[in-house]
Amino acid sequence: MIERVVVTPEAAEVIRRLKAQHGLLIFHQSGGCCEGTAPMCFRERDFHVGARDVLLGVIEGCPFYVGAAEYKYWEYFQLTIDITSGGGDSFSLEAADGVRFLSRSRMFADAEAQELDAAGPPPRGPEAFRPLAAGAE
Amino acid sequence: MPNDQPQISVQTPAKMRKRYDNFIGGKWVAPVKGRYFTDSSPIDGRILAEVARSSAEDVELALDAAHAARDAWGRTAPAERARLLNRVADRIEENLELLAHTETLDNGKPIRETRAADIPLGADHFRYFAGCIRAEEGSLGELDNDTVAYHFKEPMGVVGQIIPWNFPFLMAAWKMAPALATGNCVVIKPASDTPLSLAVLMDLIADVLPPGVLNVVNGHGSEVGAPLAANPRIAKIAFTGETTTGRQIMQYASENLIPMTLELGGKSPNIFFADVMAEDDAFLDKALEGFALFAFNKGEVCTCPSRALVQESIFDKFLEKAVARVGKIKLGNPLDPTTMMGAQASRGQLEKILNYIKVGKDEGARLAIGGEQAHLGGGLENGFYIKPTVFVGHNKMRIFQEEIFGPVLSVTTFKTLEDAIAIGNDTLYGLGAGVWSRNGTTAYRVGREIQAGRVWTNCYHMYPAHAAFGGYKQSGFGRETHKMIMEHYQQTKNLLVSYSPNAMGFF
Repeated sequence: MIERVVVTPEAAEVIRRLKAQHGLLIFHQSGGCCEGTAPMCFRERDFHVGARDVLLGVIEGCPFYVGAAEYKYWEYFQLTIDITSGGGDSFSLEAADGVRFLSRSRMFADAEAQELDAAGPPPRGPEAFRPLAAGAE
Repeated sequence: MPNDQPQISVQTPAKMRKRYDNFIGGKWVAPVKGRYFTDSSPIDGRILAEVARSSAEDVELALDAAHAARDAWGRTAPAERARLLNRVADRIEENLELLAHTETLDNGKPIRETRAADIPLGADHFRYFAGCIRAEEGSLGELDNDTVAYHFKEPMGVVGQIIPWNFPFLMAAWKMAPALATGNCVVIKPASDTPLSLAVLMDLIADVLPPGVLNVVNGHGSEVGAPLAANPRIAKIAFTGETTTGRQIMQYASENLIPMTLELGGKSPNIFFADVMAEDDAFLDKALEGFALFAFNKGEVCTCPSRALVQESIFDKFLEKAVARVGKIKLGNPLDPTTMMGAQASRGQLEKILNYIKVGKDEGARLAIGGEQAHLGGGLENGFYIKPTVFVGHNKMRIFQEEIFGPVLSVTTFKTLEDAIAIGNDTLYGLGAGVWSRNGTTAYRVGREIQAGRVWTNCYHMYPAHAAFGGYKQSGFGRETHKMIMEHYQQTKNLLVSYSPNAMGFF
């Protein structure tokens, strides 16, 4: 199965540390200015997933969503969630520790894109996470 | 970086502190948990100051101070509030060099911008709203001979404001001035990357505003911004930033049933019609300047004209001249008064922008100029510099759709006026736009059809007070920098008064 979102070992380590500190987390890929176009990491209870938000995948047991409008442009890109030093102020939890998640992206090859198309669109909304998480954990 | 550039020393030791706490109740107060973070300069990585890493407890202290001050400030005569705001403006102007240097050191934007724009415009917003509040009045409706509806405008009370790092001083002025003018007390959180200009300002105006009227809590978004936005003791929240946090701010506001204003960025089209090249004259030169302004403030502007739409019949000729103009943008030490483009604000920004340059190349966009990090010598090895970059592609590419927030321009072509409007509007956002034409009718038609809050027509990147600024679509809502923002900081009180001695006859 082709993953739409993957995570580097360095970012995974930060996620595990944040989970130990804050409990269950959620990622939402943001758009817009300043810290936009970057993944935002919140405590799960601090962000309400919308019915149209698209679940791109699960990283370190945490759901990773993107807004419906943005998804149109990300559909054929694989995101790699990485971590960088040197902040950028943000509501995202890790920023308080002076590090910042960022999304690197790579366009899927034609064969991968066909496989994704055959598999059908990714699930949407807050209910999408739990069944997938059970398989991912 | 040429070494013959004059080195500008920052003569601020007496006025720039080594450590900044929170400004609460008119004085500096250490953060409850005693934690600090280090604020460094994106120019060369040097450490500038230690700054309070505050928490929810500090937000509560600031709200205590603001609530203690709100009744007296709300009842202060508009003339007196205006006098004090004008005095704030005086102090800003008297300390322009100090504030401009602080802002440039902290953000990395060129000193020519902070001297000419950020700081003087900040002062002018205080003067503008000082004037507005003097001219403010309610209304009365004479419903019948004995019944009158009076409408009074009242302050909301205590408001929260969250400021981005791209225009730390100017955005703070945009938000503080109308809130204070209308009689509100403010708790404001600057971005943790760029807290210094506001901190320096607090020392300059500590004796001007009554204690508690304006409170600054330093720290990070998740540790200060969220507890402020979610706090039931604020009557309104104003935020400038990105869309996911914008949604989170709305969620918090919905829990407390309070209003908010949001400004969330854009992907602004800059549209050039063929007639800009009808003459080789000053107007063409102005249009080329407008094209190159995507690199203004290193592209770290919500209204960055990051998509250029050039009419097909002039595309090659215009692009050649425009790219040559971009090649003349002087990148370098922001403290050098001749530098036009300085350092990106953080390493995170640098990496995000470089990633988008890679995305553009992967998507098959043609690179016309730039496209890489700039490695500057002369002590700037640890700074975050990117060459102004121009791609040619089509509007469905990610580099045309996603806000890069860096000096990266995506150029495409259009055939007709209708095409220009369709491509211009094919975006999630609607904050700014530019239209360039010698034909007033063309410019008017396009300007009216573009779904954006500000359409610069034969100009770009001017931010005067008394011109409304704000977004359509996912760029947010609310209009700042115009007297209409005052309504966002006011309640309307209607006194419905009967002067008749007789029973109403209902019962």
